[in-house]
Amino acid sequence: MKRYEALGLITDCLGGELLVSNIGSSSQELFAIKDRDENFYMLGSMGMASSIGLGLALSQKKKVVAIDGDGSILMNCGSLATVAHNKPKNLILIIIDNKAYGSTGYQKTFTASCVNLKNVAKGFGIENVFYAKDKSGLRKILQGALSKNKLAIIIVNAGRDDKPVKPVPLTSIQIKEKFMRCL
Amino acid sequence: MQKNNDFFVTSKELYSQLQKAGLNFFTSVPCKLLSGVINLLEEDRKIIYTPVTREEEAVGISAGAYLAGKKPAIIMQNSGLGNSINAIMSLLNFYEIPVIFIISHRGSSGEKISAQIPMGSITLELLKTLNIESFVFTDKAMLGRLEGIVDEAFFTKKSKAILLPFSFWGLV
Repeated sequence: MKRYEALGLITDCLGGELLVSNIGSSSQELFAIKDRDENFYMLGSMGMASSIGLGLALSQKKKVVAIDGDGSILMNCGSLATVAHNKPKNLILIIIDNKAYGSTGYQKTFTASCVNLKNVAKGFGIENVFYAKDKSGLRKILQGALSKNKLAIIIVNAGRDDKPVKPVPLTSIQIKEKFMRCL
Repeated sequence: MQKNNDFFVTSKELYSQLQKAGLNFFTSVPCKLLSGVINLLEEDRKIIYTPVTREEEAVGISAGAYLAGKKPAIIMQNSGLGNSINAIMSLLNFYEIPVIFIISHRGSSGEKISAQIPMGSITLELLKTLNIESFVFTDKAMLGRLEGIVDEAFFTKKSKAILLPFSFWGLV
C-alpha cells in the first residue's frame, strides 16, 4: 500500500482520537485527506512525533495516535525505550515504513537493508507490536488497537508514493490553537 | 557530593520551589548536581515524571504535555542543549510552546571535568541565540524568583532557562 492510502485508512478508522503527524509528506497528505481539529501537524522537528504523542498520552486520558516514519524513528530511537518504560495505555504509535526518506527524494533508510523495526520495538521491551502487511491487515490491526486500552505499536509496510502534495496551509499557531481546543 | 547534608537541603529547596511554581510535568536526563532533585521526582506520586534517553526527546514529550494543559520542565545538563537545538527552534519556538529548562551549568567556575568546559563556555550565548531568556541562580537565595519566571514563561508562551552553576550548590 502507498503511504497516502495508509493515511486515508487511518483517518477513516478514527473517531475523536488525538493524532500527531510526522514532518513532511505525512502531515501534508493527512491535511489533504481530511483536516481534523484533533490533528497536530508537526511541520519541523524530525523525530519528535512519537515523543509529542507520548507527552500527550501521559498528560490526559484521550487516545493518542502518533504517526511516525522509518527514517524519523531511526533518528529518535530512544523514544521507543521511553515509550516502553511508561507503557501508556492510551498510545498507539504507527510507523509507516516505506524504507526511504520519502519527503526528500526517496533516499533509502536502513530498514531497506538491515533494520527490522518490529524486532527493534520488541527489543526495547514493547510487547504489543504488530506488522501490517497490507490495507486489510492495517484496518484490522488498527481497529483492534483502538478498541483496547493498551499501548500498541503498528509497523506499516508501505511502498513509494508519487502523488504530489502541497504544504499545510495553516500557521503553526493555528495548528496549535485548534488542536488545544479539542482538549 | 562533598557536603552531603547541604546538597540534600538545597535539592529539597529547589524541588519545593519547582512545585510552588506550578510545574507539574517533569522529564530528566541525569547530572550529578541534579541527582538529589531527580531522586525526589522519582519518589513523588503527585506529579508526572519520566526519565528520557536524550534531551531532544524531553523537548518533544514536554511539547505534548503542554498541548494537554500541563506545565512542563526539563531537568538536564547544559550539554543537553546541544542535543535539542532543532526541537527547541522548530517545535517549541515555532509553535510558541513554553517549557522551563532547569539546567545544571557544567563547565562553569568550579568544574573539575575538562570536557565540560567547551559546552559550558557557550551555554549563555547559545540560549540567547535560541531566543530563550536565561537566569543564572548563583545562590540558592535566588530560588524565590522562580515562581515569577515560570508565570511569565507560560503567560508569554516563551520558554525560559534557569542555570544552576556550582555556586548554587555551595560547591565553590
